[in-house]
Amino acid sequence: MKTNLKNLRRFSTFLFALACLSLPPAQAQKVDRTKPPELGTPPSLTLPQIQKATLSNGIRVVVMEKHGVPLVQMNLMLRAGAALEPQDKIGLASLTAAMLKEGAGDKSSLELADAIDYLGASIGTTADNQSLWAFLHTPLSKFDEAFALFSDIVLKPTFPANELERLRKERLTSLVQMHDQPTTVAAVAASKLVFGEKHAYGRGTMGNEKTIRGLTIEDVKGFYNQYYHAANAVFVVVGDVKTADVVAKLEKTFGSWRKGEPATLKIPAADQVKGRTVYLIDKPNAPQSVIRISRVGADRLTKDYFPIAVMNTILGGSFSSRLNNNLREVHGYTYGAGSSFDMRLAPGSFTASSSVQTAVTDKAMTEFFSELHRISEKVSDQELNRAKNYLALGYPGDFETASQIAGQLGEMLYYGLPDEYFNSYIKNVLAVTKEDVQRVAKKYVDPENIAVVVVGDQKTIQKGLEGLKLGKMKTMKIEDVLGKMPVL
Amino acid sequence: MKRLFLIPLLCLSLASAQDLRINVPYTQFTLPNGLNVILHADRTTPRVSVNTWFLVGSGNEKPGRTGFAHLFEHLMFMGSKNVPTGKFDEWLEAAGADNNGSTNSDRTNYFEDLPSNAMELALFLDSDRMGYLVEAMSPKAVDAQRDVVKNERRQSYENRPYGMASLVIDENLYPASHPYHWPTIGSMADLSAASFEDVVQFFRTYYAPNNASLSIAGDIDIEKTRALIEKWFADVPRGKPVPLIDAPPAYLSEEKRLAFEDRVQLPRLYMAWLTPALFKPGDAELDIVSNILTAGKNSRLYKRLVYEMQIAQDVSAYQESQKQISAFQIMATARGGHTLSEIEKVIQEEIYKLKNEPPSQREVQRAVNQYEASFINRLERIGSFGGKADQLNSYYAATGNPDYFNEDLARYRNIDPRDVTAFVRTYLREDGRVVLSIVPNGKKELAAPGTFISVEGK
Repeated sequence: MKTNLKNLRRFSTFLFALACLSLPPAQAQKVDRTKPPELGTPPSLTLPQIQKATLSNGIRVVVMEKHGVPLVQMNLMLRAGAALEPQDKIGLASLTAAMLKEGAGDKSSLELADAIDYLGASIGTTADNQSLWAFLHTPLSKFDEAFALFSDIVLKPTFPANELERLRKERLTSLVQMHDQPTTVAAVAASKLVFGEKHAYGRGTMGNEKTIRGLTIEDVKGFYNQYYHAANAVFVVVGDVKTADVVAKLEKTFGSWRKGEPATLKIPAADQVKGRTVYLIDKPNAPQSVIRISRVGADRLTKDYFPIAVMNTILGGSFSSRLNNNLREVHGYTYGAGSSFDMRLAPGSFTASSSVQTAVTDKAMTEFFSELHRISEKVSDQELNRAKNYLALGYPGDFETASQIAGQLGEMLYYGLPDEYFNSYIKNVLAVTKEDVQRVAKKYVDPENIAVVVVGDQKTIQKGLEGLKLGKMKTMKIEDVLGKMPVL
Repeated sequence: MKRLFLIPLLCLSLASAQDLRINVPYTQFTLPNGLNVILHADRTTPRVSVNTWFLVGSGNEKPGRTGFAHLFEHLMFMGSKNVPTGKFDEWLEAAGADNNGSTNSDRTNYFEDLPSNAMELALFLDSDRMGYLVEAMSPKAVDAQRDVVKNERRQSYENRPYGMASLVIDENLYPASHPYHWPTIGSMADLSAASFEDVVQFFRTYYAPNNASLSIAGDIDIEKTRALIEKWFADVPRGKPVPLIDAPPAYLSEEKRLAFEDRVQLPRLYMAWLTPALFKPGDAELDIVSNILTAGKNSRLYKRLVYEMQIAQDVSAYQESQKQISAFQIMATARGGHTLSEIEKVIQEEIYKLKNEPPSQREVQRAVNQYEASFINRLERIGSFGGKADQLNSYYAATGNPDYFNEDLARYRNIDPRDVTAFVRTYLREDGRVVLSIVPNGKKELAAPGTFISVEGK
């Protein structure tokens, strides 16, 4: 309260001064509104130093000291992702990750949750295709206690069988609920159709009814024993910490973790989509159609990374991008339209997507394809510069919070990006030319070889879509995409 | 890198958790045209957030013109006298900035997050649309955004499972003449009816500097920023005093039991009550109640419904704190083979328990500790929705004090478990609430007892 009172007093004195100074009235000093103000030189982002250490069993640790707000973000990345699971055990990596929190050390599932919540900390464990991600986010004042819980969760999970049964029910019910969500149906369909149901990126990470029903506690223990060890682990810590303290803490707890053999994660590049097929998935009476146009894109380490980033910003990666401007601002067909590249170890997807009003589904599709063609034909200097500046000048905004920075450092480590990566990012973006943009547009956004997924009211939209003659049309039901609804 | 941390951003003392004090130092002044300004320096990242609140929301609308405040928010990005259509976003993107806006019943907020060298661009754009929006407005622009907003309604409500729930609940929770009775997104018919003249009138009535607050947080020099604000905003004309909302009292003296069918696989139950307004006695206590009931595996409802009995897929509760009056809501989704009557019985039992016996000290402390941690987390970001610039404006609008962090946190710390019980008794009554079932098409038998209604747009 004291501080506030002081502020208030300062404020009223100032008001008085202002009242005196502001005569004659403000109109006297007209400001020039005929053009935007000249802006000074953009500031450069200076990050705290990236500190590196290696624990005695070889675990690499990266720390960035970020003082100011008293909290800590710690991320463990482990090569224990879904790409490692056999075809008949889809969902095992993510189930193993979830089971970590269902009992560890001397604590039951409920006791663990109570202890974490009581600290005001959060601990998460999830698996994607490539990794297990375990994170700890905690007030600095609770770091020691929270770290002890985090360590038990990773190092001493107890895997109680009854908790697995609980999670099994929860996951089967999630499968049921997916049938309600048109955007989820469209995303699952597009992944399966572009990558194939056997590819790591096509089959998903949650599992289907059959695999979820089949997974056992032995599977979980087996997966844990096979992949959860030092040779697969990397730590990133960002926050109000001292590097030496954190490394000592990690050494004490994780330094003696079994070393093991590094997992080899081989994700083959999927075959490119050939030709163009429209997959119309019926969602009777839906007021909007979810459109997802997708093909195989590029991997994270592609030499085309920066040209692709700029090209996609122009096409559908920003508010004033062509797709959003055309479908939303010019035509009012949608609340938003965009495009993205999912870049991973192997080439992920390129996707252009939107939810459009049912009655204009065919017209919206025409605009989509017009933009997908146009991006490799012509790009103006103005668009190019705007996109480059948006990415380059906006880059420091990705380094505001501890968890954002930890994510950036994690990506750097995971893909073995060079130390100067952050510092050279802006230079690399600004080096992209018009020719680069057109080259990567031709290479990655080929609208003749692409899968077109539409989830919407078939009886209203089928005729219009057929009239566009985009290619062969396959009509499907939601069950054809997600499988029969599990009965519990 | 050292440069970044030379300036103490926050004065935080952490001798023990109980001593945690949060100060977000600020400078405040008012321009002669009535614009309130709040400035806060934080040089962690070379970015600035320019955040503006207008004290107008869907609560200021009239029946027949619902959704207008939000439609107007969209028009604020369509250009103004000196900013041609499309340039607002293009110029900001070319400077490396992001921007957005949002509307609720009580206020409309806007932000631009920019590299610090580009702050003046935001001041130019914001002052131009605050002072000279209608000069550039055309019926065509209104029509374009009308279609966009209708699609927002389709995407966020009509084509979303259970998406119509909040609309039905608000319609039944608040009396017809109350400003929270209608949804911020508006009805399709009202959106169609909104005219260009409405836009001009709305702008003249509410979008004046004397009804706004500008909060800037980030890598700024206070004196230079003040000078730039005076440069750009001094010529924005003051508006007439803004008419206050004359909200009739809202109370429910009956239990309204309703149900409708939807394109969903699982039935879901909602319970909603009218509760004390933001920062009024009981508001923080009901936040704690929501935590005790549904936050984490050990919360009472989660533990019984989801963890032990396993008859629900999820359960959540929250106190939606608002300016005039708040709403407390509990929501649970039944698993396959279970009815909403089974779910309701358990929820009711747990409410009774809270009415009859104070929660344990540990339960309350666990909740308070989580709130305390969230206050620390809220200090990391300057921009976007919920960043420091937005929080300073939010506290200022509600209390007149931008740096209300400690007072807010103290509300939670000072809670006695017996207060929790007292407020649950007073507000979570069986004879004053809305109970809504949403069930899969053709499965009326899964609903809790209630009258089936038809819902337009589902």
